[in-house]
Amino acid sequence: MSIPRNWRTRQQRYSLKAEVCNTCGNTIFPPRDVCPHCAEQKQSWTNLSGRGEVYSYTTMYNAPSGFEEYTPYTMALVKLSEGPMLTAQLTDVDGNGVAIGMPVEMVTRKLTQDGDEGQILYGYKFRPLLRQAV
Amino acid sequence: MRDVVIIGIGQTPVGEHWDKSLRHLGHDAVMAAMADAGIETAGALYVGNMLSGQLTGQEHLGALIADFVGLRGIEALKIEAACGSGAAALRVGVMAVASGMHDVVLACGVEKMTDTIGGVTTAALATAADQEYEVSQGISFAGLNALLMRRYMHEFGMKHEAFAGFTVNAHRNGAHNPYAMFQSPVSEAAYLKAGMIADPINLLDSSPVCDGAACVVLAPADRFRDRARARVLASAVATDCLAMHDRRDPLALDAVALSSQRAYAQARVTPADIHLFEVHDAFSIMSALSLEAAGFAPRGAGVRLAMDGEIAIGGRIPISTMGGLKARGHPVGATGVYQVVELVQQLTGQAGANQVGGAALGMAQNIGGSGATVITHILSAI
Ligand SMILES: [Zn+2]
Repeated sequence: MSIPRNWRTRQQRYSLKAEVCNTCGNTIFPPRDVCPHCAEQKQSWTNLSGRGEVYSYTTMYNAPSGFEEYTPYTMALVKLSEGPMLTAQLTDVDGNGVAIGMPVEMVTRKLTQDGDEGQILYGYKFRPLLRQAV
Repeated sequence: MRDVVIIGIGQTPVGEHWDKSLRHLGHDAVMAAMADAGIETAGALYVGNMLSGQLTGQEHLGALIADFVGLRGIEALKIEAACGSGAAALRVGVMAVASGMHDVVLACGVEKMTDTIGGVTTAALATAADQEYEVSQGISFAGLNALLMRRYMHEFGMKHEAFAGFTVNAHRNGAHNPYAMFQSPVSEAAYLKAGMIADPINLLDSSPVCDGAACVVLAPADRFRDRARARVLASAVATDCLAMHDRRDPLALDAVALSSQRAYAQARVTPADIHLFEVHDAFSIMSALSLEAAGFAPRGAGVRLAMDGEIAIGGRIPISTMGGLKARGHPVGATGVYQVVELVQQLTGQAGANQVGGAALGMAQNIGGSGATVITHILSAI
């Protein structure tokens, strides 16, 4: 991903910066100008807890270019506790321990590197929840 | 609007065409379709293609192929809707003829995928998904489908082997299609042993990387009654969000439901009237979800149609009758046109050993991405 493109999405990838729709109250991630639930345009910023659960997962054996050296790795659809779902890698898991419904939390990790001398792309991954919320 | 008919079809064998470039593949399909229709020229050419810019470094295929088939000067455009590009080109062609803007129109799909190595092709295919929030995380197209398949197995309590029927059916039919990439049957045992790509999706759950081109000639029914091979009863497009994780319900394929319902309304038919369904079986799970969303099975019961043999030729709703995306092959931007070429073969009794008895009404559905663009065509015999 190009440097400006990476920069533009930094708040989402480093801290899950999201929106709440002023009209229907739904949480929106990633942010967009028109609410996908009610098509209204006014939103406010919000921070997500970074917690959720695994909706589905897969172990990747054939990776797209840029990710070949990491195979096999685990990708998941994570349903965040605030509502939105996102696609992310699971980390600190061995493939067998993963299950649908497993509680997970967001961590920041290296995603990939643009060649030997290119930029390193960081972003969110999810790991099994270490401490249950009280 | 005018009624639209198909007056000619052409296709190249699907496979690894080391000796043919993109333009030669397009040429072969267009020339075959024009010869089949008995025409010398056309008002317009619409070229469906997804990957030429990324894998061949060549865009601007409308003018390129028009010139290459001796039609320099005509209206010619490339149409893109990811893996749904072929049917999208056909859709534009149907609109051009139905509106009276053009009389004879060529709709061609062409794709060249084997000039590059695996990871590059995989990354190019993934551009159908959301680059910033899906692909940048390391997911591939097979991976997205694996997420769907795993969830489906979880929700409906199904094992991977339950999907074997989709692969066995596609390859059984591909064995009798001289244009198919794979022309030998595959056993259930082979399916269970195939190598994993993105667990639970294995090699035989997925369609192959390949080259190919197909073309149909469209014309107004009233002026080409004598040459009509099949009638286009419906041509419908529906969309959904690009990212799978943004869907209302990832297993529901809302755009399949919407596109199918629009097509049924245009053709004034119901799913029960359809004799065969060329489904977008890029992955086994897509067959199951499409059958459900298009109204051929209730939610969670699409796989049962495969288990019970209802998708075979002679079954209740034959699918992938010439091999589908898995066995005929999935040259992505060409696939939607191949599907319709095969419908014409079925509706004119030219499907050989794969002939669906009494086929008079057929449906083809081409899907872009993981379900973000869905294009449905319903054709009837003349
Ligand atoms: Zn809203």
